[in-house]
Amino acid sequence: MPRTATGLRFGDLVTTRPVPGPATGPERAVDVLVVGGGPSGLAAAVELRRHLATVAVVEREASLGGIPRHTRHSGYGLRDLHRLMSGPEYARRYATLAERASVELHVSTTATDWSPDGGIVTTSPSGIVRWAPRAVLLATGCRERPRAARLVPGDRPGGVLTTGSLQQFADLFHLPVGARAVVVGAEHVSFSAIHTLTAHGVSVAAMVTGQPHPQTYAVLRTLTAGRHRVPVHTSTDVVAIHGTDRVSAVDLADRRSGARWSVACDTVVFTGDWVPDYELARRRPVAMAGPHPSVDQWLRTSSPGVFAAGNLVHAAETADIAALGGRQAARAIARYLADGSWPGGAVDVVASEPLLWVHPARLTSKSERPTRDRLLTRVGRFLGPGTIELSQGGRVLHAAHHRRLVPNRSISVAAASLASADLGGGSVVLGWHPGRRATENADRAGSE
Amino acid sequence: MSPTEADARSGYDVAVIGAGVVGVAIARELSRYELRTVVLEACSDVGTGTTKANTAIRHTGFDAKPGSLEAMLLRRAYPLLSEYAARTGIPVETPGALLVAWTAEQLARLDALATQARENGIQDVHAVRVAELYAREPRLGHGALGALAIPGEGIVCPFTTPLAFATEALANGVCLELDAPVRSIQDSGDGYAISIPHGLVQARWVVNAAGLCSDIIDRMMGHHRFTVHPRRGQLIVFDKLARPLVSSILLPVPTPVSKGVLVAPTVFGNVLLGPTAEDVADRVATETTADGLADLLAKGGSILPALLEEEVTATYAGLRAATEHADYQIHCDPAQRYVCAGGIRSTGLSASMGIAAHVVELLADAGLRLRCAASHHGVPMPPLGESQLRRFRDAQAIAGNPAYGEIVCHCERVTRGELVDALEAPLAARSMDGLRRRTRAGLGRCQGFYCSAAITSLLDERTGRALEGTRATHSDRAAVR
Repeated sequence: MPRTATGLRFGDLVTTRPVPGPATGPERAVDVLVVGGGPSGLAAAVELRRHLATVAVVEREASLGGIPRHTRHSGYGLRDLHRLMSGPEYARRYATLAERASVELHVSTTATDWSPDGGIVTTSPSGIVRWAPRAVLLATGCRERPRAARLVPGDRPGGVLTTGSLQQFADLFHLPVGARAVVVGAEHVSFSAIHTLTAHGVSVAAMVTGQPHPQTYAVLRTLTAGRHRVPVHTSTDVVAIHGTDRVSAVDLADRRSGARWSVACDTVVFTGDWVPDYELARRRPVAMAGPHPSVDQWLRTSSPGVFAAGNLVHAAETADIAALGGRQAARAIARYLADGSWPGGAVDVVASEPLLWVHPARLTSKSERPTRDRLLTRVGRFLGPGTIELSQGGRVLHAAHHRRLVPNRSISVAAASLASADLGGGSVVLGWHPGRRATENADRAGSE
Repeated sequence: MSPTEADARSGYDVAVIGAGVVGVAIARELSRYELRTVVLEACSDVGTGTTKANTAIRHTGFDAKPGSLEAMLLRRAYPLLSEYAARTGIPVETPGALLVAWTAEQLARLDALATQARENGIQDVHAVRVAELYAREPRLGHGALGALAIPGEGIVCPFTTPLAFATEALANGVCLELDAPVRSIQDSGDGYAISIPHGLVQARWVVNAAGLCSDIIDRMMGHHRFTVHPRRGQLIVFDKLARPLVSSILLPVPTPVSKGVLVAPTVFGNVLLGPTAEDVADRVATETTADGLADLLAKGGSILPALLEEEVTATYAGLRAATEHADYQIHCDPAQRYVCAGGIRSTGLSASMGIAAHVVELLADAGLRLRCAASHHGVPMPPLGESQLRRFRDAQAIAGNPAYGEIVCHCERVTRGELVDALEAPLAARSMDGLRRRTRAGLGRCQGFYCSAAITSLLDERTGRALEGTRATHSDRAAVR
């Protein structure tokens, strides 16, 4: 590996503010640097080794595996590894696969910035390294939106958590959590929070969602909230948190009646409402599409040589879907390493209200298929019945009837019709048309 | 550092009540002389009241009332803090402020404000025409008509500043009694017996720097000169990704009631929006409110529309020690061997070194004998500012101590080495909040999603105390127990 002691200048890709330095470090060459050792990053690294590329993964946590490390319930690995396992088992499995594939793995290593020549700078206990990869895969994942970002007013006592921090307290560090909790949110992960809380002897006083219905599967709800007799308050918001050192109560308000009441608790868990961890992406001029870096069907960003996969580009899908995206990115990276080609023109794929976002957000080829040959999207409220329609310049490429669309749940749209899009045309729009099933779509009804 | 034996508490020359930025600045100033000084603080850390929950603006005093004590002490403090910050590494930046006029009426007031600034000794203020204003701040909302530039306005770390003063004071032998709210003060003729929960403190002189409770202490001393009417300010901190949106501090044209809502960068690289100005009855009413936050977002949206597209990192509220008087309530009662430094409304962080110098002069004039002692003059503080060489970027520091390369708080890039330093410092963190203020850990965009458990674990290990949850022990509340 070539080693130099070139001085670094940080941050000048984004802002003209001088950031102090110089921090010097050796330069490391590698075919591919993967930022993030969660499911998508590790799946990509393993796949890249099959293409004989040299791959290094930098993971800022002390162990590999990402969020599944601390989600103890089962349900992992179905689509990518074709077996069911718990989150920690799944995380270990990918770590083992990566080790066996001779991926260069660096834990406790944080990618802090881009270097001026487009490489990545990392900090770890062994020092500062300037990576000069031929391609970069951003697989930095996503996190839950915390209380402050949701602008929940009130006091700022201890005991306000997210599911992620709750799981780390309870399952990674074996620290006490509390005695009586309120869970904010009613999507899949919210019920997982109930599972974690009750497993650690914390009673759950209430589950609260601003949506008119819970957003998980009935069976998950029954196994958690139902089994532990947790009252689920729909169309209800947390409007204040009280407490001096520790949470003492939350105030809830019913959106329909305007009624307000207090629930005594010592813990509040804010769940879901995922935010992609896009900091590194945005520190380089990588185009964004809504909350995510804009990627094409093969997970290329707008910046040549930079790819993005996993929940950074679709916050949040299950780990196996993130991993499949990582594999897809790996194949695209292998192609890029082989021929150096980078598509020029692109047609934007945009979500129109009330759809929140669509993945992929750009189309650069009709022959390349997106992961699982599907588009992914989300809605912000319960919708239906109606039709999700993919169109370009008024020309309908695809339409699918849905009886009901559920917020915070994955919604996929068949991508085969993208083959009939015009790459020289305007944006491809994914839209929603409320109403009963149109006759021409009768045969597709209820396909989701 | 605190003496535990009863005798050790007797025979202080000076007791400073309150370890906010003003109290510890005074203690630091006193520590340079051969005096036995004690600082009595109601909370379990320094700088936990008004000091920590404000806009963190370093004021020049351009808009202070000319001739007021506030104007004089802000002006006196400015070069002192510049020099001290450079020596100790307190994060300070001077991006300058633009006082933006949005109406013809406001535009017309800029000249008077410029005149007032010059009367206050701030000579470099100048008018900025609308084209230049938008060239300097291209993201500014539509409709600005012009601005007044105040190049000396700056931003400062509200946590490191009191810690630097207190650390130096401790190094020079000052005693700090935490969790020591003053219950009563008895004058025995040649000294005071000050009652705190764990005993009596004897001191010949008393300095009142009790911030939000300065009127209560002043009454204990037999005066009825002012009443603190806490004024709450709610603030919103935006993500670091918002930092490139703004280069100067964007001030509104002040009204007689308030300085108004501003948008400012912070030394940590965030963008701050606030404060509200609400009179509240309760001296601990530091909660945020839905109305307050909505009001800020509405104002922020017109000042800097793109700001609202970024994530909010934190919201908080602090109380200013406003009184019925416009000026600081600094009084010396030589016969009582007492100085009151109260009613320091919202400029205490900026003026603290000036206030301290002034208070010590008042004490000397009243008869306190000052003999210079051999002392530390500035103790290096950890680099927390974005304009400083942070540990995670410091290859040399990491080579010397690999823990400076182990990032634990990913959002704020706080390393294990810095956390350990804060837990082992002379004025060590004793709680999660204390650790946050010393290192920034957990104060970033994820608010502990990734790191709170790891940091709690480290804190438990180092302090040997079990903490319940993420923010256990003493909270973000203001300075009253």
